[in-house]
Amino acid sequence: MTFKTRTSPRRFRPTPTLLRWEWLLIVLLIVACAINASLSPYFLNVRNLFDMVFHFMEKGLIALPMALVIISANIDLSVASNLAMSSIVMAASYQAGLNIWLAVLLGLAVGTLGGLINGLLIARVRLPSLVVTLGSYALYRGVAFVILGDLVVTGFPPLFTYLGQGYVAHTPVPVPLVIFAVLATLFGLLLHRTVFGRYVYAIGNNEEACRYSGVFVDRIKIIIFALSGLMSALAAVVLTARFGSARPNIALGFELDAITAVVLGGVDINGGQGSMPGVVLALFLMGVVRYGMSLKNVPGQVQNTLIGILLIVAILLPQFLRRLAPRSRA
Amino acid sequence: MKGTGGKTKRHSLLLAIAGVRETGISIFILLLVVAVSLRSPYFLTVDNFTDILMDIAILSIVAIGEAMVILTRGIDLSAASTIALSGMTVGMTISSHQGIPPAVALLMGIGMGAVLGSLNGLMVTKGRIPPIIATLGTLSIYRGLVFLISGGAWVDAHELPRSFVYLSKNFVLGIPILVLIAVIVAIISYYFLNHARTGREIYAVGSNPEAAQVVGIHVNRILFLVYLLSGILSGMAGVLWVSRYASAQSDTAVGFELQAVAAAVVGGVNIFGGSGTIPGVLLGSLLLGIVVNALNLVRISPFWKLAVQGLIILLAVVSDAVVSRRLQRAQSAGRVS
Repeated sequence: MTFKTRTSPRRFRPTPTLLRWEWLLIVLLIVACAINASLSPYFLNVRNLFDMVFHFMEKGLIALPMALVIISANIDLSVASNLAMSSIVMAASYQAGLNIWLAVLLGLAVGTLGGLINGLLIARVRLPSLVVTLGSYALYRGVAFVILGDLVVTGFPPLFTYLGQGYVAHTPVPVPLVIFAVLATLFGLLLHRTVFGRYVYAIGNNEEACRYSGVFVDRIKIIIFALSGLMSALAAVVLTARFGSARPNIALGFELDAITAVVLGGVDINGGQGSMPGVVLALFLMGVVRYGMSLKNVPGQVQNTLIGILLIVAILLPQFLRRLAPRSRA
Repeated sequence: MKGTGGKTKRHSLLLAIAGVRETGISIFILLLVVAVSLRSPYFLTVDNFTDILMDIAILSIVAIGEAMVILTRGIDLSAASTIALSGMTVGMTISSHQGIPPAVALLMGIGMGAVLGSLNGLMVTKGRIPPIIATLGTLSIYRGLVFLISGGAWVDAHELPRSFVYLSKNFVLGIPILVLIAVIVAIISYYFLNHARTGREIYAVGSNPEAAQVVGIHVNRILFLVYLLSGILSGMAGVLWVSRYASAQSDTAVGFELQAVAAAVVGGVNIFGGSGTIPGVLLGSLLLGIVVNALNLVRISPFWKLAVQGLIILLAVVSDAVVSRRLQRAQSAGRVS
């Protein structure tokens, strides 16, 4: 009888398996589009397809750094709260008379600071990311409520709302999609083409071994969480611009969608493996599925139920496949 | 901290931390009580403390379940959704069958919680899904089910039978029934965790799963059990919630899982598993209850509540880490000399 220990090295799975997972996502995406097309004749309209994207770009901006966080065997539950805090700081300082772009910078700084605090507590004080970000999940949302209470800030200038609502000149391409595409490429390169990215995998696979090999584990963890904070703040800019308003309960529950997208995208929840293209595909799959449910007037809370089921199936499925695999080989 | 037995170094260290923690939190509570009572004369009255106890009764019931899960290195994020789903099903049932006695309603909630808890347990043990992901999934699944079965409608006070609403409002021997139920739950859990074999096995699984397996503990059975128990306690809390607030809604108790985790962690339950006590959890709940109550009395806006809770969680885990590192250093220094 063998015992699996936490420190035992995980088998590094070869790329073909990962590719297969991404192919599965593409097939599912096509199926979901086909179902949506059968629900509504207008679905496959180019303009409509582009407009659908508006609904989940902010979640995508959060999911990109979440992939780094989870691959490094951590978790960040505070992303949506950090988004709210950045959004409110930005909106409140704009309302107080600050120039909108300075307010945006301030928001980005606050979000990064939020992520940095998480990172410092996790890396320097050596606290588990789960508890730290559970605490900041409450704290950051709480700060948003403390600043704004039950008020709403509106009246943002058009140039700002353009970031969330606008289209690239004379095309049906939404501005948030462009922002997301650029950042998804950057994050893809960061994870798959840089030494930093290799270290992220290495930390997720075996943190102790990394330390002994001279990798600055703490520094990398702090950077990952600071990036997560920065991207939450960027998502706050886009989301606030899209709504044209800021309120403390903005983006409630977004962390669930971001984590689901990452796990559905083939990232191992225990860290050490996963790919950025998979995460992006999963994000679009979830976006299309949610859009389909909206077409059928499924209420938001019930949509969340389905996303929750999707999350659990996404984890169970590879396990079942893995369990089947050796048997077929024998 | 009686009965945490075992003479290993890790154990004596954990014992020391828990000891420091319970003394620390008691002192903190005392200081808080003195400070608030100086600001508000109403604070130190029997009425106000009855209110506080009523408020934390439900919290401590859920936090005890949460603590048992955390003891095994897990977490149950679905607790609040379980409360809502159990509360809604029972609320809808008794509003259409007014004759159901409150005790039976409570049993129905327990049954509902057992079903939802064992689903979590199955996913964690058979499905090998990490607890945080499994229960994050059921957090939204159970919440969505509340909406599905109720159609977004509420169960109102006037739809609930009187006897049911009085379940939480009546006093027995000067103690509110709600508080009495929480005390009974706490005593049973205390006995279970400290003196029952299975309870001790929960600690064993939490401090070292591999070793627990080697000595013949059915680790999966223990894991399943803690999620089942957490579900049962949340299901029970759901019925009490509907009785206390005389309504069941689809957003009942949103975010309450956070408070339960906070109460457990603040009470010294180690998030890495293996240590934590029922008295600690009760002190943690009491601290949170007093803080919320004090915020109201000192007329600080209720919007501070969430931020303060987050801050308390962070302070608790940071101070835990610092204290345990100090103790560790002191211990190794002691060994050298």
